[in-house]
Order: sequence, then structure tokens, then C-alpha cells
Amino acid sequence: MTLLNAVVQGLLLGGLYALFATGLSLMFGVMRLVNLAHGEVAVLGAFGSLVLGTALGVNPLLSLLVVVPASAALGYLTQRVVLDRTVGPSPLPSLLVTFGLSIVVQNLLLATFTADQRRLDVGALTTASFRAGDLSIGYLPLAVFTTAVALLAGLSLFLARTSLGRIIRATSDDPQAVRLMGVDAKHVYGIAAAIAFATVALAGVVNGIQTNFTPLSGPLLLIIAFEAVIIGGLGNVWGTLLGGVVLGVAQTVGAWIDPAQQILAGHLVFLLVLALRPQGLLPKMAAT
Amino acid sequence: MSAPTTPAGSVPDVGAAPPRVVRGGRTSTVGTGALVAVVVALAVLPYLVTSATLTSLVTLFVYVVIAVTWNLLAGYGGMVSVGQQAYIGLGAYGLVVASDIIGIDPFLAVPLAAVVAGLVSIPVSFLAFRLVGGYFAIGTWVIAEVFRLVVVQFREVGAGSGTSLRSLAGTDAGLRIAFTYWCGLIVVVAVVAGTVWLISSRLGIALTAVRDDATAAASNGIDVTRVKRVVFVASAAGAGAAGALLALSSLRVQPDSVFSVQWTAFMVFMVVIGGVGTLEGPLVGALVFFALQETLSDLGSVYLVILGVIAILVVLLAPRGVWGLVDPHRRHGLFPVGHRLATAVTSRKARS
Repeated sequence: MTLLNAVVQGLLLGGLYALFATGLSLMFGVMRLVNLAHGEVAVLGAFGSLVLGTALGVNPLLSLLVVVPASAALGYLTQRVVLDRTVGPSPLPSLLVTFGLSIVVQNLLLATFTADQRRLDVGALTTASFRAGDLSIGYLPLAVFTTAVALLAGLSLFLARTSLGRIIRATSDDPQAVRLMGVDAKHVYGIAAAIAFATVALAGVVNGIQTNFTPLSGPLLLIIAFEAVIIGGLGNVWGTLLGGVVLGVAQTVGAWIDPAQQILAGHLVFLLVLALRPQGLLPKMAAT
Repeated sequence: MSAPTTPAGSVPDVGAAPPRVVRGGRTSTVGTGALVAVVVALAVLPYLVTSATLTSLVTLFVYVVIAVTWNLLAGYGGMVSVGQQAYIGLGAYGLVVASDIIGIDPFLAVPLAAVVAGLVSIPVSFLAFRLVGGYFAIGTWVIAEVFRLVVVQFREVGAGSGTSLRSLAGTDAGLRIAFTYWCGLIVVVAVVAGTVWLISSRLGIALTAVRDDATAAASNGIDVTRVKRVVFVASAAGAGAAGALLALSSLRVQPDSVFSVQWTAFMVFMVVIGGVGTLEGPLVGALVFFALQETLSDLGSVYLVILGVIAILVVLLAPRGVWGLVDPHRRHGLFPVGHRLATAVTSRKARS
């Protein structure tokens, strides 16, 4: 593989990473809550798709029609039933509860599915690719990247232009004030969590098509999502995409140098950004 | 947390004897005395019990150390780290390198490993402190992962599969375990006493103020970042000592085990169960966790599900843990660290 090819693969991977990161960033932006079980939601989505595939023979891409709405419902319920009780000035309770949730989900999945490596099968599409000069571009990674960009654009427009989007942003800015306007802030929090869970479950299924996963894959996915958010800059949808792409390219170029160092290369680029540009590459803009 | 710290002079004179600020009370005298008695009893234990018992008590000591230091970091410092396994791993590897490669006595290498972990955490703090709250938590986790991924590059310490501690090979097992046990006991006493001293010092008061309201603390002249850094380094050193003890006790280090995030999960569980932000809580939590670990850990992943569910329920329903139920008004601490106004009224109340 040439260096240019590695960069292109990393760029496409970055779309998927941005998809992982969006929900984390949204929940922090709206609820000031960092969900340490974020990676487990992705893994749950992948296992949900796996079960639908083995039990009913549903194609993983079709399974999204069930997995994504189910994850949204799970997100809404988790927020309303559990996470709402932890909202407050101190981040300690929400961190402890979401960390506990991640341990519970990991070990429930381990008890049910063992620690075996899994993969979601989409047949010939897994490896199908076309050539553009020296480059070999997979249809699937390209489709994932395009979907991720479209989704981020849609989310950005939704937050900027729709009435519900405005309510979400207003709740993020001042939950007390929106309550005075007759908004049920807890419902808004539930919707934000639903969007977050739906996007990260989608990312989890797509990731399960592209690479192997186990019940213990969650922490690495959480870390990747987090690194993309911080590299890009907090609270900026396009920053998250840029963060995902930078991280993806760092990983594939790292793997191009030495296949064993893919993850470490991503971490080092993250630490470099944290040291030199802690506000991220694209800090939050006033309008969005 | 909110014990009155008003200096005696600013309290309006109520006509009775001038009010005094006292630290601790009858329970803290009794409690500290009882703890000293327990330590003395533990010190003579190697003459009375089997090596297997001593080895499992070393595990308990490790639990106490990591619970106390994580509580110092999160409960008092307000810094929820998910990356303390970085220093456990560093301490474990530090012990192996110091004794097997450099040739220092393995027991003397324990404090050395703690110092190394503390020193390494200083530059780390400059990176980690750029993040706050939940992002600080994941950031410390990334740093711990970087430590693991860097350590596995070195063939000298067995790369990905780890290595054995060779310098104690050939010594009498009974004697080695007894010395490991005493070493562990010294570490526990040093860490608990050091934490009590830190919390009751001027720095501890500053720390509590920072945790409760960083802005107000800063406006009172407290150097918030410096206070946090001292705590970050102290708890890294404690975790380093715990890691060194683990290596000493198991005679083996494996990167995936010593750098496992499960250590932090254990710390969180113990501190939450016992009572976050109290000195007694982590001790209670470590005992509860040790008892659960000895009886239920054969259940494997189901056991960890149970631990997770218990921790979540405690945070939601009894956020101050077991110690919060025992001492809801923070009047009966085992350590003389609180400040209380000893007026005639309060002392009469205390007596009734």
C-alpha cells in the first residue's frame, strides 16, 4: 500500500470516527454529560445486528432499520430513567453511573456471546472496490464516509434550522430559561440522548461490518470518539468530522509505517493536539 | 465537607466561654486508637497464619491503597480519573526494572517505584489538566493506554507477554511472603496516614474548598492548579506503590493485566460503596470489595455485572455510601480531620 493510499483510507475511516464522536459531543453539549458507556452502545448495536442476522437472516444493512430506532428508544429511556437522576453541578455521579453501565453491558455481553471475535457479513460488498489510478477505494468505506457527511450535515441543519433544534440549543445554553418558556427540559435531554444513541449504534453496526468486534470493543470506540471530539474542537459538528479524519489518517499512516502501531499513532496525534492546540482544530463558532 | 471552619475570633460573643474550634472528638480518639491496635495485630500476623492467608491480605492491602488514593483524587480533588492503571502498571514494571535490571533490593524498590510513578505523573498532569470533568476522565484513560502500548514495545521486559520477577527466585517462599506482607502493611499505613495528614493540613482544606467551588477558592487566594497537581501526583505515587506490591506478590507482570482499566473499575466500586469524599469510606469499601471478591469472583462476568449494578444503585439511591449511612452528619469520623465549633451549646448537644 502506498502512502497516498493510506491517507485516502484514513480519510474514509475518519467519516466513521466522526459518526462515533457526534453522539458523545452532542450529549456533552446539551446535558454537560460524558457518557462513559458510549462505546458499549455501539457494541450493543453491532450485537443487535448480529442477532437479527443469525436468527432471521437479516442483512446487517437492513438490520439498521430495527437497530437504529431501537437504540434511539434505549437512549431516551436511559436518559429519562437513569441519567436524569445524575444531572447536577458535579460531574461525579454521571461519570460513576455511566462507567458502571459500561461494566454491566460489557459483562452481560460477555456472558451471552463469549469473548469471540465477531464480524457482520455483507457478502461481496465487504471487499468490493474500484481503482482510481494507483488508489484502491472500497465501495463500502466510500458509502460510509458519504453517509457520515450527509448525517452530520443533516444534524447540523436540524440543530440550526428546525424548531426542535433551536429548543435543543436553547436548553444547552440555559435549561432554567427554557423551562420558563414552557419547555420540558428533561424531554429535550431524552431526545438528545436518543439522537446520540441512534448515531453511535449506526456507527457500531458499520464498524462491525468493516472490522472484528467483541463484547470488550467498547472502551476503544469510546476513546476514538473522544479523541475525534477533542482534536476537532468541542461543540462543532464540522470540527468533529475534521477530528475524525485527522485521527483516521493518523491511524492508517501509523499502520503504514508499522502495522502494530495503528492505535498508538492515533493516541500520539491526539496528545500532540492536546499539547499544542487544546481548544481543538476548529473551536466552537458562535452561530452553530 | 461543610464543617464550620470559621476562626474563633469572628464568632459573635454569646456571653458564655469563648468558643473554640476543635478537631475530631471522642470517636476519632477511639477510632484512631482502634486502627493503631489493628495495625499492631496485623504486624504480628505472619507468626500466626499461613502464607496463603498472607498473600490474600496483600491483595486487600493493594485494594485499600488504590481505594484511598483514588478517593483522594476523585472524592477530595474532584478529578475523576479512569487512568490510574497507568501508575499501577508503571509501579509494577518499575519494581521489575529496578530489581532485575538495575539490581536494587526488591523491597527497597517499592518506595522507589512509587517515587517514579509520582515523577512521571508531573508532566502527565500538564496534559491531563487541559481537560476537565468527563473529558479529563477519558483523557487519563488514553494516557494509560499510551503507557501500555509503549511498555509493550520493550523486549527487555517481555514485550506483550510480560516478564517474571527473577531477583526473588530461589528465596524461601514462606519468608518471601512474610516480607512482602510486612512491606504491604508499611505501604498501607504510610498511604492512609499520609492521606489523613494531607487532608488535615492547610493543603487539604484548600483542596476541599477547590472541590466544592473552584472559583470561590481561587478568589480566596488558593492556587487551584497547584493544589490539584499535588493531589494528582500523590495519588499516582500511591497507585505506583500498589503496582509494585502486586508485582512483588505475584512475581509476574503482564501488560494487559497491570494496565487494565479493571483496576479503576475496582477503585470506583470500592470508593462508591464505602462513601466518596470521606476518609473512612474507602477503607470500608475495600473491606466489602475484598469480601465479595473472595466469595463471588468465581462467577466471572456475572460477578462483574453484580458489582456494576450495586455501584449504580448506590450512586443513585445512597450517594454517600455505607459510611454516609453510618455517619450521616460527619460527626463520628475515625480520624481527627473535621473542624467543629466547641461552644457550650454544641458540647451539651454532643453529650445528650
